[in-house]
Amino acid sequence: MSRVAREIASIAILGVLVVVAFTDASAQAMHGLPLEGRGADTTPNRRVGRPSVGKEEYKRYCAGCHGDRGDGQGENTQWIDPKPRDFTQAVFKCRSTPSGTLPVDQDVINTIRRGIVNSNMPQWRPLPAQMQADLLSYIKTFSPRWTAEKPGTPVVIPVETPVTTESILRGREMFQKFECWKCHGTEGRGDGPSAAALTDSKDQPIHPFDFTTGTRFKCGTTNADLYRIFMTGLDGTPMASFADNIKGDQGWDLVHYLRTLQPLRTPESTLWKTWLATHAAELKPIGPGTGGR
Amino acid sequence: MQMKIVTSVAFCAVATLALAPSARHAAGGTVTGKVTFTGTPPKMKAIDMAKEPSCAKAHTIPVMNESVVTGAGNSLGNVVVYISAGAPAGAPPASAATFDQKNCQYLPHVLAMEAGQKLEIKNDDQTSHNIHPLSKVNPEWNKSQPPGSPPIEASYDKPEFIPVKCNVHPWMHGYFAVLNTSHSKVTGDDGAYSLDGLPPGKYTVTAWHERFGTQSQEVTITGTETAKLDFVLKATEY
Repeated sequence: MSRVAREIASIAILGVLVVVAFTDASAQAMHGLPLEGRGADTTPNRRVGRPSVGKEEYKRYCAGCHGDRGDGQGENTQWIDPKPRDFTQAVFKCRSTPSGTLPVDQDVINTIRRGIVNSNMPQWRPLPAQMQADLLSYIKTFSPRWTAEKPGTPVVIPVETPVTTESILRGREMFQKFECWKCHGTEGRGDGPSAAALTDSKDQPIHPFDFTTGTRFKCGTTNADLYRIFMTGLDGTPMASFADNIKGDQGWDLVHYLRTLQPLRTPESTLWKTWLATHAAELKPIGPGTGGR
Repeated sequence: MQMKIVTSVAFCAVATLALAPSARHAAGGTVTGKVTFTGTPPKMKAIDMAKEPSCAKAHTIPVMNESVVTGAGNSLGNVVVYISAGAPAGAPPASAATFDQKNCQYLPHVLAMEAGQKLEIKNDDQTSHNIHPLSKVNPEWNKSQPPGSPPIEASYDKPEFIPVKCNVHPWMHGYFAVLNTSHSKVTGDDGAYSLDGLPPGKYTVTAWHERFGTQSQEVTITGTETAKLDFVLKATEY
C-alpha cells in the first residue's frame, strides 16, 4: 500500500474505534448503571502504609489542591469549587461510619480510588495499592483525631429488599415525610425552598444533589452506596444523617424511590414508569401540606 | 445524753437545709455584676420565616435576629460569664442540658454546659430540623430530627464555643458553650450575672459574646463575701 493510503487507513481505523468507544459508553449509561457501577473497585486494601513514603507521593499528587499542610489550601484551591478536603479536621463526606465519627481506612481508600463526582477530585484508581495505603497513612498525620479516636462502627446495611411498586410508594412517602424535598426539591432537582441558602461547614455555598441529572452519587453508584449516604450523612455538608429515623429495610424503600428520579434505566425506574402510566392520578404531589401518597 | 443526740440531729438537719438550695456548690463567695456595651451595636433585622409557614404563623410579632440582644442602660444579653481559671473542674452534673427547637428558633439561643455533660436536643415543631453543631475542636456531626422523634442525645468532651445551625432553616442560629466549669451564667437582656459557691482563691472570670468578643478579669475571694465585677464590651457594627 502507498504511504498515503496507509495513513488514511490508520486514521479511518482510529475514527471507527473512537465512534465505537463513545457509542458503547453512552449505550451503557442509557441502558443500565454507569460503567463504574459494575464491579466498582472496592476490594479491601490490606497494605500497611508508610507515612514517610506517603509524604513524597502526597507532594506529587495531592498537595496542589489539598495543600502542604493538608488544610485544603493548595495553590489550586482558589480556582476550584467545591473546595478540597481539609484533612486537619478529619471530617469526611464519604464514610460507612456514623455522622461525627472517623471513617474506616477503606472508606478513604475508596474515595481516593473513585474520586468525587462533580468536583476536581480525580479517580486515583490507577495508583498502585501500596501507594494508596502510603498516602492514607500520611493524610492521617494531619489531624490528631486519628490517634485520639477510633473510627466509628460501620453502619449495618441489610440485604436489599425486592424492588416493588409498594416499596417505591413507601419511599415516596418517606421523601415527603422526612422533608428531603426542602433541599432536593419536589422532583429531586436540587431546587427545594431551602436549597439556595445552603452552605457547607466552611460557609461556602453548596448545592444539594440533583437526582434528575446525576447518574453517580458523591460516594458511589450502587443502591448500597445510596443507602449508606443517608444513613451516615455527608459530614461537613448540610446533608444530615437519618440513622435515628430510618431503620433497617425502610432505607431500601427510600433508595428505590430515589432511583426513579434519576435519568437511568434501572429496575426501579422501569417499574415506576409502568405503574405511573395507569395510576399517576392517584398520587398527591410532594411538597408543603399533606403531600405524598 | 439524749439532749446531745437531739441537738446533733437537729444541727445536721439545719446544715443540710442550708446547703440544699445551692444544688452543686457548697457555701462560698459570690462574684456578681453586669455586662454592658459601649459604641453602636448593629441593628438587628426581623427574620422572615415565610419559607416555613408552620413557624411563620406562630409569630404574630416579627422575631428579631438574636445575635445582639440589648436591654436598658446598654446592657447585653446572651453573654456567657464563667470562671475560666482558678476553679477545679469537677465531675459534670447528672442532669442534661436541654436545647429546644420551637417555632423555628433555638431555645435558649446560647446554652452553657459542662464538658462531658449530657445534652438533650428536642424538636417541638411540626417541621423537620437538622441539628448541625459546627464544632472544630470536638467532632462535627449533623443529624436530622423530624417532628415527633425522641430527643437527640449528645455530649461534648472538650471545652469549645460551638455555633449551631439548621441547614433547612438558615435563619436559625445558636451556640453551645461547652465549659470546663459549673460556675457559669448566660445573661438575660438585663446583662446581670451571679456566680456563687466559690471557695477562697484567685479566679479569672471571662465574658464571651458571639459578636463582641471575649474579656477576662481577675478576682480574689477570701471568704463568703460578694465581689462586684462588671464587664464592658466594645460593640462592633457588624
